[in-house]
Amino acid sequence: MANRALYLKFLSAVLLFGAWEVAGRIPVSFAFPTFLESMGALFRMIGDGTMATAYAETLRPLVVGVAISAFLGIAIGLWVGLSSFFEWLFSPIFIVMQAAPLAALIPLLVLAYGIGLTSKVLVVCIMAMPVIVLNTAGAVRNTPESMKEMGKAFLATDLAIILKIVIPAASPVIFAGLRLGISAGFIGAILAELKITPTGVGDIITYSRSIADYPSMYAAIFSIILLAVLFLNLLEKIETVLFKGNQRGYVSD
Amino acid sequence: MTLFGYRLPGMSSLILWGLLWEFVGQSGMTFFVPPLSEVLSTLFEVVQTAAFQKALYETTYAFLAGVFFAIAIGIPVGILMGKNRLLDELLLPWVNVFLSAPLTALVPVLMVLFGFGMKAIIITTTLFGIWIIILNSRAGVKQINRSLVEMAHSFGASPLDAFFKIYFWAALPEILGGVRIGIIRAVKGVIIGQLLISIVGFGALFELYSANFLMAHFWAVLIVLFALAFTISEFLAYLERRVSYYAAKR
Amino acid sequence: MAMSQIDPVVIDNAESAVSTRNISKNYGDVEALRDLSLEFPRGQLTSLLGPSGCGKTTLLKIIAGLLEPTSGEVEVNGKTVTGPGPDRAFVFQDFALLPWASVIRNVAFGLEMRGMGKSEREDIAAKYIKEVGLGGFEHSYPHELSGGMRQRVGLARALSVDAEVLLMDEPFSAVDEQTRRKFQEDLLALVQNENKTFIFVTHSIEEAVYVSDQIALLLPRPSRVHEIIRPSNFRSKGVDNIRRDPEYLDIVDEIWASLRTYVE
Ligand SMILES: Nc1ncnc2c1ncn2[C@@H]1O[C@H](COP(=O)(O)OP(=O)(O)OP(=O)(O)O)[C@@H](O)[C@H]1O
Ligand SMILES: [Mg+2]
Repeated sequence: MANRALYLKFLSAVLLFGAWEVAGRIPVSFAFPTFLESMGALFRMIGDGTMATAYAETLRPLVVGVAISAFLGIAIGLWVGLSSFFEWLFSPIFIVMQAAPLAALIPLLVLAYGIGLTSKVLVVCIMAMPVIVLNTAGAVRNTPESMKEMGKAFLATDLAIILKIVIPAASPVIFAGLRLGISAGFIGAILAELKITPTGVGDIITYSRSIADYPSMYAAIFSIILLAVLFLNLLEKIETVLFKGNQRGYVSD
Repeated sequence: MTLFGYRLPGMSSLILWGLLWEFVGQSGMTFFVPPLSEVLSTLFEVVQTAAFQKALYETTYAFLAGVFFAIAIGIPVGILMGKNRLLDELLLPWVNVFLSAPLTALVPVLMVLFGFGMKAIIITTTLFGIWIIILNSRAGVKQINRSLVEMAHSFGASPLDAFFKIYFWAALPEILGGVRIGIIRAVKGVIIGQLLISIVGFGALFELYSANFLMAHFWAVLIVLFALAFTISEFLAYLERRVSYYAAKR
Repeated sequence: MAMSQIDPVVIDNAESAVSTRNISKNYGDVEALRDLSLEFPRGQLTSLLGPSGCGKTTLLKIIAGLLEPTSGEVEVNGKTVTGPGPDRAFVFQDFALLPWASVIRNVAFGLEMRGMGKSEREDIAAKYIKEVGLGGFEHSYPHELSGGMRQRVGLARALSVDAEVLLMDEPFSAVDEQTRRKFQEDLLALVQNENKTFIFVTHSIEEAVYVSDQIALLLPRPSRVHEIIRPSNFRSKGVDNIRRDPEYLDIVDEIWASLRTYVE
């Protein structure tokens, strides 16, 4: 059975990339290179170090922004989830942020902070943070009352209840928020590179478009999507290893 | 949150934040944040300008068209995936990839393929919204009670009948959930598309305001935009609760 | 026939480990307990028996210090209860296990909160896991256990902290009948050998009569003590004979006669 799944995954990749190849050969558009041309460009750029330099540039605001969002987002989320006052005060902001197209703030961020790293980090943060905060807060608020009561009965301090009961209980949802946040962070990082100043992967995309080197452009886009997906899968693996119990379903009955 | 025994309504803290905004603006701490009162009075001017109305019209058009395609393609594809195992196994990996992929990176491709205009923005919007709609429709069909399907067959329902009278309704709560999230994502998609293509709609308007340092104008448009997005999202949540009343009892 | 709750039940030469005085508890408009006073003699097992929803869990949680009574007070060893303390341990009706923690970590939780080192607390936990018959499941997770096994994890957790007063909220409700009988016997041995005070909630009349030194019958909401029954004479006849003892059978009948009016 596992074989069938693997086989079908492979088949589905072949089908998609095959369709891409065929569409490129027709060609459906002058700006639509074949799959093989794009892969060729990808390996050429990996080979000559273009990719490495580009990603060093791209990953900087992404990593910094995601780290800030994760740290601050979980902290604020815990705070909002644990205190009804902070919930009242902060959660409307994040609810609005979650629904709103925050990308519209980018021109303003550029005016205020220039076109440097700060602006890009902020773009990643505003995209990634709301969902992390809201998920954390919601999960913390939904910690089963009976578990907290059990903690109190066995003399857990408030801090111990948060560390040993509330956070582990909330961790699956916090992780889900983190995955959504990071995915939004990738969107923000690329958006920043395309909109603010072309650097890193955004630069490859913009530049190769301007000189009509479409294989390189598609290769760069392909690589960033691949990276995002791989990274999110990795995060899932880390979660499984780190929080064994999360996989194990809840027992409260 | 209760204060002196009164329950404060959910969103009331926004008033406090509004006051803080006004205070920061009045203090002249930063040029980028004009007082809220000024922003609001600008808002009434801005909404009457032709430029704003044009942007709003273009955005609404792109948004509605994008959402239409996301729903019209997403729901059937999702339902088919839920019904057909082979199709499901072939498509699911890609749906998951695109669900979490940085779709902004695809916008430049859309720009070269479809031109710097409405078409590219509409497709961006569709791309942002469609994946979660597919995924939820699929999940909705997957959880359908087998006996419901068998019941339909035993009463001699044609495949088309079964599709529209059974699958669709039985999966509706999940589908609506997906549509709601998809639409919220589409709102973001339409703005991102406009920012990157930036010669239409609010993208152009923002460009104009920030080039001329019209901070109050900028914030006014942001407020309108955020309020619209929030209203859409709350309205959809309300609709979902109304329509999905039977979700827990299937 | 009812023994009034107003004159405190003074037990010959046994002082009270726990006493509740005029406890009332309201949940909003729901009056769960009204003016309830009860003495729990040291070293003995007291059962709380009453219809579902009459406030047994509520009373237990008030004694544990998890809930505040609307009025009245609880004393443990002469000291007024203001919150949970090391002198009391709780067995929860819904088990309240941590789903992400293995059996041994769940059982050691109370000791961990008391600041005991890891190896020491896990030794103690392992001992009690064996005692409740879960040897070999130390590293299983709660969802891998049956309802009855989970309940025993909760039991082991309460036993392992070695508290003077054990508050047990229907601790045997989910175990099978055989295990239940074994546990009842074990409980009797525990009461005999350790000078602990047990407060035991159950729905089963037979179980209450079998294990208790004192049975408090509670009335439906708002709950007060309806009657206190002290089975005493058959206790010495050995565990195997209790269920055949005429006094045992009489008391079971008597309690049923008292309670049936509320069921009908
Ligand atoms: N947190 C709460 N909020 C409101 N009412 C409550 C709460 N907890 C308990 N009650 C009410 O108080 C009454 C007593 O509840 P309690 O749990 O103490 O009953 P019980 O005797 O333990 O019942 P059972 O035998 O079914 O466990 C019930 O009628 C219940 O409706
Ligand atoms: Mg109870």
